[in-house]
Amino acid sequence: MALSNEQLERYSRHIILKEIGAKGQKKLLNAKVLIIGAGGLGAPAAMYLAAAGVGTIGIADADVVDLSNLQRQIIHTTPDIGKAKVDSAKETMLAINPEITVVTWPERVDSGNILDIIEEYDFVLDGTDNFPAKFLINDACVMARKPFSHAGIIRFQGQLMTVLPGESPCYRCIFREMPPQGVIPTCKEAGVIGAMGGVIGSLQAMEAVKYICGVGELLTGYLLTYDALQMNFRKVKLPARGKGCAVCADEPEIRELADYEQPACEWRPGT
Amino acid sequence: MHIVVSGTEKEVPAGIALPALIEQEGIESPEYVTVSINGNFVDRRDFAATVLQENDEVEFLYFMGGGCHGFEQ
Repeated sequence: MALSNEQLERYSRHIILKEIGAKGQKKLLNAKVLIIGAGGLGAPAAMYLAAAGVGTIGIADADVVDLSNLQRQIIHTTPDIGKAKVDSAKETMLAINPEITVVTWPERVDSGNILDIIEEYDFVLDGTDNFPAKFLINDACVMARKPFSHAGIIRFQGQLMTVLPGESPCYRCIFREMPPQGVIPTCKEAGVIGAMGGVIGSLQAMEAVKYICGVGELLTGYLLTYDALQMNFRKVKLPARGKGCAVCADEPEIRELADYEQPACEWRPGT
Repeated sequence: MHIVVSGTEKEVPAGIALPALIEQEGIESPEYVTVSINGNFVDRRDFAATVLQENDEVEFLYFMGGGCHGFEQ
């Protein structure tokens, strides 16, 4: 299908790029991306992907907008407080670009629903804030052979990696087991600079666009780390996929999803 | 002895073991950090027995949560 005059104008800065062109823009319009977590990472990612004309964007989050979210979750605004995050996110995305389809999943992903939810999407963004969800998303995407972007942020630091299951190392290749609750500080406990979600969430959107358009080198086989205080971006090379990994090795130990619980820990911050 | 830690050149005592380097670097939550030396992950059980060599390249990879409060347990 040819692009309309309005589309030619809306996406003109994409189309003029030799790496994207009308062909790449059509790929974006036909693509389906799922964003899990409409928070600090998911907010900017969702806005850029909506603006880019990604034709179908799924957004999964069970939470409602809270005043303390607004310092960084820029897809939500003050009048949205109390609203379901997926609804607030959808309104902003459609205000940016009414021609896309936004599918809302107002639920927490778990071992029972995640494979059904991710199935129809081309690419998944992990914008969650907790380790049970991060391990679940990793394991489900590896099992379903679904390309995804992992990211994490805390304080003035962020990290990012893209996983092509079966080809590049996964999250569990680096982090074998979930840390006990309380030993790794959360953003709620330790804080996070608002713009960190903007930097790292935008990089997740960038990886999704590159994947869809088939341009450039994806951030596979590396963990990108960003230290804002030192203004230092580093790509840390990872060993090859699967060696000793419980989920992405050729003969994996983990063959079924489970709802991961973070082991309890006797030590907690502030106690 | 010269090694590279997280991309930064360092001078460390010859024969320094990995746990001592972790302590010297002030690594947060050392029980949960992932370490790679020259591009290979070090099994946690081997930390104590791992002695660094001249020109080793050491990386520390940390657990990092994320999007914050978007998806709380």
